[in-house]
Amino acid sequence: MSDALTVVMTGNEAAATAARLARVQVIAAYPITPQSPVVETLSKWVEDGELEAEMVRVESEHSALTVCIAAASVGARVFTATSANGLAYMNEQIWWAAGARVPVVMACANRAMAAPWNVLNDQQDSMSVRDAGWIQLYCRDNQEILDTTLQAFRLAESLHLPVLVCYDGFLLSHTVMPVEIPSEAAVDELLPRGRPLQVLDPLDPRNVGPVTLADPRPDPGGVLCHGYMELRALHHRALASALTAIPEVDNAFGRVLGRTFGGLSYGHLLEDAEVVLVAAGSLSLELGAVAESLRGEGIRAGVLGLRAYRPFPRDEVRTALRRRQLCLVFDKAMSYGHEGPICSDVRGALGGVPGAPLVYGAVAGLGGRDVTPGQLADTVRRAVADVRAGVRDRPEEWVNLRL
Amino acid sequence: MGTRDCGHEISMSTPSPGEAGDTGDWRTARPTLRADLCLAVRQNDLACQLCWVYCPDVCVARGIPPTMDLRYCKGCGICAEVCPVDALRMVPEGSPSEGEP
Repeated sequence: MSDALTVVMTGNEAAATAARLARVQVIAAYPITPQSPVVETLSKWVEDGELEAEMVRVESEHSALTVCIAAASVGARVFTATSANGLAYMNEQIWWAAGARVPVVMACANRAMAAPWNVLNDQQDSMSVRDAGWIQLYCRDNQEILDTTLQAFRLAESLHLPVLVCYDGFLLSHTVMPVEIPSEAAVDELLPRGRPLQVLDPLDPRNVGPVTLADPRPDPGGVLCHGYMELRALHHRALASALTAIPEVDNAFGRVLGRTFGGLSYGHLLEDAEVVLVAAGSLSLELGAVAESLRGEGIRAGVLGLRAYRPFPRDEVRTALRRRQLCLVFDKAMSYGHEGPICSDVRGALGGVPGAPLVYGAVAGLGGRDVTPGQLADTVRRAVADVRAGVRDRPEEWVNLRL
Repeated sequence: MGTRDCGHEISMSTPSPGEAGDTGDWRTARPTLRADLCLAVRQNDLACQLCWVYCPDVCVARGIPPTMDLRYCKGCGICAEVCPVDALRMVPEGSPSEGEP
């Protein structure tokens, strides 16, 4: 785009810039590290008259998301952002936004969950709400944060689903890099206003989300309406349709902006890889450099990065991992008492697939623990040695654990 | 046989009597009006009507005096709470009523 502008900015500024370009009408958020600069930036723009939006100040994250749900229910384009315990405090409304199918777009600067208190990066916060029925997208760098947040509005409004745009706290949220800002005209073309499933209107009143019990029940007009399970099935189908829509929207944006991000997932050195390293977010970029260096010592490594975590790109994962020797999944979160969440999902996707590789898990970077390329490479070397020694399964490795 | 023809993607209904069933059977106490105290009756005018304004279930109809649809009244007691002259009282279900609602 000739009228695009490249600016050096943080990931948080990239998310805020996307919300401004999307011409959001209502913003409600509560400050929490490392997300706070997103809404501070938006707040300044609203105050300076650069963004014509209502900035609703609230006393908690629960209220922040409630305001967004309400505003979206009257047809406004809304945006909020949070992290960690703020996301957890929203939990009830996270389910409400999804079940009511309102197109809320939320940025999540990924941060570790307390206790113990910690403000640094991992992905436990967003992973802990994976089952609520939001689309979850993970970003690798600041350009991807800006573009993915823009794409999120299109996905949210066309599929009637809320979208969580996740990016690693501090590693991206507070790190500056060049980001190309698309022109307002380009964004306006890419983001036509969607039509909500139902706009609250006093002249044509509706109860939205009333008590819906187990069995379908006729309404007073005699029309048989969904019970709870029918609505859940429709919701699940909408998420499944995102498996098609996410790459379509990525490509549609690519035709105008000249860049795409792989749709649901992306590969690096995958073609001939025997060992595939799987991760979401900025860790997948670092693993790319690790794979390159390991090739110098005869380990044919490649990377499969997950851009979409919900819906889970099961078919792409199957296709990318078939006929490999080993899949090593790096999680920045745990399902405590079991294993890393991405690792579980990868294992589930590969169940019963002919030619499926061994799957090992690794947990890295919890609470901001530094993860160096050297440590990641060592983890891969140990895994490869175990495969050669005939180990079929093993507990996940905790990278750089000093217990 | 299925529900797909209802055309909804979300749980939604048009406000109308009985959309949640006969909710009057949830009631443990019924609003009971002493018409001689009711401001509308005393002034023979559509005065006050606060019970009609505040009823969250649209069970109260404006009138002299206001009337209540006990088929849907859940017995929340808000009408009795807002009545400025104590003409409405909540009487436990099963006890003899003091007057007609």
